[in-house]
Amino acid sequence: MIHRISAYCFTFLLLLAAPAAQAQLRIEITQGVSEAVPVAVVPFGFEGEGAPAVDVAAVIDSDLAFSGRFAPMDRRDMISKPTRPEQVKIEDWRLLKTDVVVVGRIKPMSPGRYEIEFHVFDVFRGQPLMGYTLPVSADNLRSAGHRIADMIFERLTGVPGIFSTRIAYVTVDQDDGKSRYRLWLADADGARPQVIAESRQPLMSPAWSPDSRRIAYVSFETGVSRIFVQELATGRREVVSSQPGINSAPAWSPDGTRLALVLGGRDGNLDIHVLTLASKELRRLTRHPAIDTEPAWAPDGRSLYFTSDRAGGPQIYRVGLDGENPRRVTFEGNYNARPRVSPDGEQLAVVHNDRGNFRIALLDMRRGGVRILTDGRQDESPSFAPNGNMIIYATREGGRGVLAAVSTDGRVRQRIAAAEGEVREPVWSPYAR
Amino acid sequence: MSMQKLAILLVSAALIAGCAKKTKPDDEAAGVVGRDDGFVTQPSPGDDLYGDGRAVEGEYGVTDTPEALLGQTTIYFDFDSSAIRSEYAQAVAAHAAQLIGNSRMAVRLEGHTDERGSREYNIGLGERRAQAVRRALMLQGVSGDQVSTVSYGEERPAVTGSDEEAWAMNRRVEIVYLR
Repeated sequence: MIHRISAYCFTFLLLLAAPAAQAQLRIEITQGVSEAVPVAVVPFGFEGEGAPAVDVAAVIDSDLAFSGRFAPMDRRDMISKPTRPEQVKIEDWRLLKTDVVVVGRIKPMSPGRYEIEFHVFDVFRGQPLMGYTLPVSADNLRSAGHRIADMIFERLTGVPGIFSTRIAYVTVDQDDGKSRYRLWLADADGARPQVIAESRQPLMSPAWSPDSRRIAYVSFETGVSRIFVQELATGRREVVSSQPGINSAPAWSPDGTRLALVLGGRDGNLDIHVLTLASKELRRLTRHPAIDTEPAWAPDGRSLYFTSDRAGGPQIYRVGLDGENPRRVTFEGNYNARPRVSPDGEQLAVVHNDRGNFRIALLDMRRGGVRILTDGRQDESPSFAPNGNMIIYATREGGRGVLAAVSTDGRVRQRIAAAEGEVREPVWSPYAR
Repeated sequence: MSMQKLAILLVSAALIAGCAKKTKPDDEAAGVVGRDDGFVTQPSPGDDLYGDGRAVEGEYGVTDTPEALLGQTTIYFDFDSSAIRSEYAQAVAAHAAQLIGNSRMAVRLEGHTDERGSREYNIGLGERRAQAVRRALMLQGVSGDQVSTVSYGEERPAVTGSDEEAWAMNRRVEIVYLR
């Protein structure tokens, strides 16, 4: 019965562009707003030979639908298919009871380059809302579709769109009877999934850098936990923390210069530390025999929220960068953990035990009060979209780990399913790419 | 010292005190056969032997052999608890004895939790379990250099499933001999 370290022979691969269509996430709206705005995204014209590789209007259409706030019209119901602004007959669209019409066309420029011109009309008022031309390389048409959807969403709702953002997540599946952990990146709509790290030992706690060029994560590939920072463009990674004992829960400071992390040491007393990445200077922020973990920076970078069970069960505390006098901020319920701060710094998403069910709850830090947003039994790992409007999280369905998203007002719900395997720990990227 | 640390120390101390069995103070355990208005009689068995007796052949009482105790490399925990249940006292003592007798041996204690709750917090809970076993070993004289810990939280379940039975099998510390 003596195990040996050789049993921990591990494989760790960096796969830079592994196509894996079977792992693609499919998003379904399980609850939309009742007053979803009817919108018609007319197929874009193409002024070159054949057809472009991506149906840009379909990308815009499904982005707007995924938001749960728009109800796109079926193309078969369109009585005309204008591609230029002068072809749009507002009366036609009024009869079809749509509020917004989007038309556009794709013009080939130099080889491999296009220009997309699109126009948006407010049918209700009979007015043009916006017109825009966007230069794009041929292999970037999907991104252009997301960008246009972002612009339209912002014009119509006043809130920046999140269709150009990405999500990172972890999957686990069984391969040859052994677990395989993979860290993925995908578009916010689940398209273009790509494995960026793979290991036979657990991978966990991915965290985006504020410029969205790097991801920090925890890997157990040597049998113990270490924290890595991986550059997405090159796949190069470096170990930033490999202290004895636990190295865990990395969180980037808003300016990207520091990483809050959790160290346990030989005696296993988990405390929050702050690592300055350039100088490697490590400073201990909390000193308490209880478990202190899951740090999350306030948007101003001057304080951190974290989970601690110093009062018995896990609750959320806030501490300044001097580490003095952590203040408890959650008082409702016996279990509040894994805080994530909204982009405006006013709300905290937490994992909350609601009568035996673990659910995502939203704590309003200005007015007080806790609102339970989800209805699963094991909901965890909340992550705010960068516009603060949606929270993506992990839940269980039919014995499998799946992802779901809910709007912070609780009105829109999405189910994000993969064809196979366990999906967990979704994290929404910041805006910049 | 926090109440938690104190509690863990007390549990560990109870483990060292070890094998002393608690006796129930009830009548049956006391062997009372008759009680009448405060008057109590108790039997007093003599040393009478009925023949010569003979040794029982073959294996019996295997759970008490050192080999069997050392084969017990997984310690299970109650929900939300890092207290080592008394049923594991002998196994922990056997591992401690083996480590004390072989100072070149070393173990890694791998702490695990069930799947409920937050992942990183569960890393902390798994570590707390691993540390409880580490402290129990050290209190029996094992050198700290021989014992390392790692926590996998809920990341490496022994059993899949989302019911009480699976959760109970996953709340555990695995004792892994490194050399």
